[in-house]
Amino acid sequence: MKPAPFTYHDPKTADEAADLLGRLENARVLAGGQSLMPMMNFRYVMPDHIVDINNIAELSYIRNAGGTLSFGALTRQREIEFSDEVKAACPIITEALHWVGHRQTRNRGTIGGSICHMDPSAELCAVTALLDGTLTAKSNGGDRKINMAEFGQGFMSTALTDGEMLTDISVQLWPKGHGYAYEEFARRHGDFAIAASGCLVEVAGGTIKRASIVVSGVRPNPVRLTAAENALAGQKPSDKLAEEVATEAGKIDAMEDAYVTADYRKHLGQVMVKRALKRAFARAAGGVG
Amino acid sequence: MSDRRKIKVKINGKDYEREVETRLLLSDFIRHECRLTGTHVGCEHGVCGACTIHFDGRTARSCLMLAVQANGHELYTVESLANADGSLNPLQEAMRDNHGLQCGYCTPGVLMTLTEHLRDTPDTDEPKVREALSGHLCRCTGYQGIVDAALDAAGRYKKLGKTP
Repeated sequence: MKPAPFTYHDPKTADEAADLLGRLENARVLAGGQSLMPMMNFRYVMPDHIVDINNIAELSYIRNAGGTLSFGALTRQREIEFSDEVKAACPIITEALHWVGHRQTRNRGTIGGSICHMDPSAELCAVTALLDGTLTAKSNGGDRKINMAEFGQGFMSTALTDGEMLTDISVQLWPKGHGYAYEEFARRHGDFAIAASGCLVEVAGGTIKRASIVVSGVRPNPVRLTAAENALAGQKPSDKLAEEVATEAGKIDAMEDAYVTADYRKHLGQVMVKRALKRAFARAAGGVG
Repeated sequence: MSDRRKIKVKINGKDYEREVETRLLLSDFIRHECRLTGTHVGCEHGVCGACTIHFDGRTARSCLMLAVQANGHELYTVESLANADGSLNPLQEAMRDNHGLQCGYCTPGVLMTLTEHLRDTPDTDEPKVREALSGHLCRCTGYQGIVDAALDAAGRYKKLGKTP
């Protein structure tokens, strides 16, 4: 099908976009269009105004400073996927991106668009949660910071209010040599995952100093397994330990749909955590044994 | 009143200037306004890959873009692939020789993706080809013929010492 009629706006600056969003009724931001356009073609979404941010150059950047890696909301997934700087500083982002859609959609899709769409199995939502991300929302009233932990507000819903747009995604870097892995299960490569997990571990002197674990696809928004993260601290990494703490994923109140039962989702979540942790342990420098 | 814009888009090296409704999809602009019907429209929601084109040198799904977004940009479609005399290029020949198509509906998109893939990855292998093709649906070939064609084409380009 074709999109319903709308009025098209193509601001050149973020201020201009925020001004438009502040005064237009039923306006939607169009970034890479890899989620919004299908929804408009189906007429699931019928905005009266489209604010196309693709011409706002200031919203596209990758910056690495002071232990923080920042992305402009319009940065294409492709640019992040092929960035040597991202791969060196935060390799889990590169690894997770290989699971995002296909070459043709990553060429165009953006990090900000994916996070605002908040698909339950979106890899970029999951890694941003995993890395304790902070988002910046801009409106004509100014900027507001939102923790990724509070950004997801249920199924395909975010903490953005009318008139706000996402401008920056910043994540906290882990020390060099940390272990990382992203595991995902989908029926076909590039399909939406039924369940996925990302894990980070910092190991020093053979002991886990710190861990971060996220599960996605199981709840409407990414879930951090805080209890499992705490349980890992101070332990020696082992396959048995990975299997033990992965059971925390089995406690998530999982979603259910016509194709996948809640029990199966929980089971897969557990398997993904186990696999990701094992690989993260294997990758961690600093005396794994 | 419908919202309209004047746009100028370069497709396969030629400028097209039209006034279009802002909600017009790029795929429909290419087919209906520019009469370049080689680009096919399958699902119109970014799943089948038939409408894949090159947008500023990179593959993109033209059904997930608005025509107005192409204003001032450069596009290539499947019509750009054949040689100037109308003969098939090495990738197209390899598709023909390896039974890489049957009904031909998905083929324009597949060709544009493989053109980018072979340009970026001249030393490709089967897993890489399959990953590149994961964004395309083909209901005739079972993909094996397309994979064979892509690997064959990689060899042909190598022999010629060039990339697509």
